[in-house]
Amino acid sequence: MRRLLNTIYVTTPDAYLALKGENVLIIKDDETIGRVPLHNLEAICTFGHQGASPALMAACVEQNIAIVFLTSNGRFRARVIGPSNGNVVLRKTQYRISDDEQKSAHIARHFLVGKLYNAKWTLERMTRDHALRIDVEKFKRVSAHLTESMKQLMTIDDLEVLRGVEGNAASAYFSLLDDMILQQKQDFFFKGRNRRPPLDNVNALLSFAYSLLSTEVGAALEGVGLDAYVGFLHRDRPGRMSLALDMMEELRSVYADRFVLSLINLKQVQASDFLKKESGAVLMTDDARKKILQLWKDKKEEKITHPFLKEKISWGLVPHAQALLLARFIRGDIDAYPPFLWK
Amino acid sequence: MTDYDASEFLLLSGIQHFEFCERQWALIHIEQEWEENVLTIEGSHLHEKADDPFIREKRKDVLYVRGLPVHSSKLGLTGICDVVEFHKDPNGVPLQNEEGSYLPVPVEYKRGRPKKDQSDISQLVAQAICLEDMLYCKVPRGELFYHETRRRVEVEITEDLKNNVRKIAQRMHEYYARRHTPRVKTGEHCQSCSLRHICLPELLTKESVARYMKRMLAE
Ligand code: SF4
Repeated sequence: MRRLLNTIYVTTPDAYLALKGENVLIIKDDETIGRVPLHNLEAICTFGHQGASPALMAACVEQNIAIVFLTSNGRFRARVIGPSNGNVVLRKTQYRISDDEQKSAHIARHFLVGKLYNAKWTLERMTRDHALRIDVEKFKRVSAHLTESMKQLMTIDDLEVLRGVEGNAASAYFSLLDDMILQQKQDFFFKGRNRRPPLDNVNALLSFAYSLLSTEVGAALEGVGLDAYVGFLHRDRPGRMSLALDMMEELRSVYADRFVLSLINLKQVQASDFLKKESGAVLMTDDARKKILQLWKDKKEEKITHPFLKEKISWGLVPHAQALLLARFIRGDIDAYPPFLWK
Repeated sequence: MTDYDASEFLLLSGIQHFEFCERQWALIHIEQEWEENVLTIEGSHLHEKADDPFIREKRKDVLYVRGLPVHSSKLGLTGICDVVEFHKDPNGVPLQNEEGSYLPVPVEYKRGRPKKDQSDISQLVAQAICLEDMLYCKVPRGELFYHETRRRVEVEITEDLKNNVRKIAQRMHEYYARRHTPRVKTGEHCQSCSLRHICLPELLTKESVARYMKRMLAE
């Protein structure tokens, strides 16, 4: 497996990125405020409205480094792609599967089983680690529901039906998210999902974490030669990274939700990290974003054992490992797509 | 056997990948999974040679030609010979702008040392077949030159070797036509394979996903 390379996040909202020799320069008000060698870089993510020079884009494209432009809230805007993108054979097979409802459903249900499995074990972890703080019985009930839904999913060949079963199970899981917030309850609560814009602190955090995750999953998919825009569960829609969304399903709870919960429960974020706009939209402060990105980076370095590969890898490589496994399945090397099942 | 059309030609240099590991060849030549695109490498290789002032050099009875593009429609392969020596020989064939008759001897330069497998020899034999097809003559021998050991190894181009190369070329075309990346027996050679991070040879021997799902969901 590949090494985990570095991603640099540029959070200064009005910095410009340029190329100098083999370095990225971060320039603000005509002054160079940072310099990072391209060597060993995997991606450059920039927040805000900055630009990047065409020379830098060209160098990155050549060296397989993704440049991703995000809004200051972390919403995806654009990614730079080079003139050729690799494996045509693989992509054509991917498109063929995507056009075939039943084949798509077989992959989709593995994404969803992964999603419910990881949601279930997120709940089970809570009952184990914090039995005195939560309503264990309620958690066990939802956990059992998730187990049932997984069994059901495995027998379904129809995308619509899959979505229905998943939808119910997911809302049961989300009904417990607020119960998993064990600290700072007056400032952090969850009454349901809202986005564009997020209307409370927890939703702002979730949106941010999901967008970081989707960017990474998208890059991983493209990195192994798949088309991140052509999905199996999520159907094509202009500008939507459907396959990245598909693959994200199994990682949401275990990667993003757990990350957000630990930020709150370990008091790594506070109410003062958020601003409420007149419109009701909740924004994060620049400092908060910086702090969270650092913690996200730290999380990516933590090691786990991949349940299918049985190899020790860092969390940050999980999207890459799953993308590789999906490519392997599409190529016909393995009998199905093995979701990342965490426990 | 029908001849291949030029648009179907595969890279002759792929033979060494194919003999090292058929899967590796497919990953590089069918799926183009290569940090540096093979075609680019071939291109720059050609370029270097074109810049070489000794591209055609004559010493006594030997004419040295470097960077000679060759192909064979029968094999459906195309490539570049590092050096072809044309030795004046009564059994040879006449060449454009030269007097007398010549016998070609392909010489392939290798950076490393002689390998355990046949691949260098096969590549040389493929070049010999190309030369035979292009010049209508017999190419009885070729040479491998190993840079690291500074050794020249003479290779007799036998019918057996040629048949082996024909079989390899045919298999390459079969895989290519089906755009098929074969699963293979993994082994020690995987340790030195530059594509192992995308091939994931361990995966080829893993439990099935069906079993994995069953096992995990049962727990
Ligand atoms: S890792 Fe092993 S099986 Fe895979 S391409 Fe390389 S040599 Fe072949």
